[in-house]
Amino acid sequence: MSLTAEVRVRRGALDVVVDLEIADRQVLAVLGPNGAGKSSLLRVLSGLLQPAAGRTVVDGEQIWDDVAAGVRLPPYRRALGMVFQDSLLFPHLSVADNVAFGLRTRGTRRADARAAAERWLARVGLEGLGERRPGGLSGGQAQRAALARALVGDPRLLLLDEPLSALDARTRLTVRAELRRHLAEFSGSTVLVTHDPVDALALADRVVVVEDGHVVQAGTPLEVSRAPRTDYVARLVGLSLLPGTGAGRSVRLDGGGEVAVAEETSGPVFAAVRPESVALYLARPDGSPRNVWPARLAGATPHGATVRCELVGDVPLVADVTAAAFAELGLVPGSQVWATVKASEVAVYAR
Amino acid sequence: MRRDRTGIPLPLLVPASLGVAFLVLPLIGLLVRTPWATLWPELTAPGVGEALRLSLISATSATVISLLLGVPLAWVLARSAGRGRSVLRALVTVPLVLPPVVGGVALFLVLGRQGLVGRWLFEWTGLTIPFTTPAVVIAETFVAMPFLVISVEGALRAADARFEDVAATLGADRWTTFRRVTLPLVAPGIAAGSVLCWARALGEFGATITFAGNFPGTTQTMPLAVYMQLESGHPEAAIALSLVLLVVSLATLLLLRDRWLGRAPAAA
Repeated sequence: MSLTAEVRVRRGALDVVVDLEIADRQVLAVLGPNGAGKSSLLRVLSGLLQPAAGRTVVDGEQIWDDVAAGVRLPPYRRALGMVFQDSLLFPHLSVADNVAFGLRTRGTRRADARAAAERWLARVGLEGLGERRPGGLSGGQAQRAALARALVGDPRLLLLDEPLSALDARTRLTVRAELRRHLAEFSGSTVLVTHDPVDALALADRVVVVEDGHVVQAGTPLEVSRAPRTDYVARLVGLSLLPGTGAGRSVRLDGGGEVAVAEETSGPVFAAVRPESVALYLARPDGSPRNVWPARLAGATPHGATVRCELVGDVPLVADVTAAAFAELGLVPGSQVWATVKASEVAVYAR
Repeated sequence: MRRDRTGIPLPLLVPASLGVAFLVLPLIGLLVRTPWATLWPELTAPGVGEALRLSLISATSATVISLLLGVPLAWVLARSAGRGRSVLRALVTVPLVLPPVVGGVALFLVLGRQGLVGRWLFEWTGLTIPFTTPAVVIAETFVAMPFLVISVEGALRAADARFEDVAATLGADRWTTFRRVTLPLVAPGIAAGSVLCWARALGEFGATITFAGNFPGTTQTMPLAVYMQLESGHPEAAIALSLVLLVVSLATLLLLRDRWLGRAPAAA
């Protein structure tokens, strides 16, 4: 299926104004911070929330919402499946009855619905757990069952509302990999709402970034992660984003300071710096790097074998240094350091 | 010394102990004064079984009617978003605070042979309600149903409404959602509400005697029988009947406790 949606909805003080296009079999990730209006968007698509204005049209002809024309298809008439952050399995039904629920309400005979539920439970790796109550499942198992429940009726649109964020880190990895496989086999289109860029990068064909109810960036996961357009996205993908004005092989930053770059540039641009390309010194280094800035260490968090350092100064940066180097330099919050970046390591793109 | 041991300050301990004594002593008095020797003849005297049977049947009927009307009403109160909802809730809870006698008078004015609805009913069908067994059931329903409504509404509010959203995304319309998701989720609350409602109906006195009268065999329930025996100079009979009601009430309490303590963790 394909879906075109103009969603206008007000949630408290937030005005959500988002237009979406989803192609057949596409997985679209809606990425954004908490409270950006992502879930409201999903609730409008599902029919659970009445939009203030706008239209939702499926396959160019079937109208799900058209506020101006007074058309609103109730959620139970839309061919969709939805998975929520908490699996929300019905506590009074067995796992198999949960999965069979959507088939039963749509008129499938009990025996057939049971058989389909068992098939789906096997597909998501829950074979033999159908007789259990939802309380007897682990978080990962419950979310797998919720996915089976959403997919069992062959929906044309799958809505995933932060499906992995309630899981612990290790479970999230495995469930994410499984979800990727199920999405590849799924014959309908998918909208995935998440605040985790890893979900978006791993699962989606296209990413739409929503902040404060508006789309701030859209593109393939690669485009978005390589060239973020807002601080939020830059932080998510681990880049320092420096807005400025290009002139030749240099960018004059809006916040003061100047960055040397490797290619010719002009006009309003973003310069993006990866944390691992930043090197720190206690004394001003001599030699080749053209980008040398004084900075103060504002904070440091261990990150595996590296330490992520927040730097403040004319050019605010994030630097990853090895734990050994961090100790050798004797860095503490408040330390004065020199940060260097090679011009060739700075990405530049138009604003 | 004692204060240290129990950890309860004296200014709280004394009134609290008096309170317990105040609530428990009458029940002990009832047990002490019970004519255990003649209990069996008293309980098998003509009329007692009849009153007990009438009480059980009418309280159960009132509970069934309260369930049929009260559960949908509780749903409307808990789930609808209309502006009139708070007014509606106030109206529904009036019988909760109204003196039952006033309720009985009000029922009489509406359903009596000259009443607003009763007159019309008599003209069309020849039926009169007051002073009949149905009148007992109506009086008890009027007084007891709010207990069920309030308790079911509370359960509905406490239940996670997102389960109803899930059901909607799985193709269930609102009626199917109510039957297959909402009702099972609040079943413990409905059970507790029914027990409360039934206990209240069983003890109903004021509205019943006003609207249904006190006729042995048709409208004389246990509480009315107790009162009549006491008034007509048979305290032993009154005590024996009271004992029966006490036993039934305690059984209800135990049932309710099992519901609350036994089901709550399963629902969570």
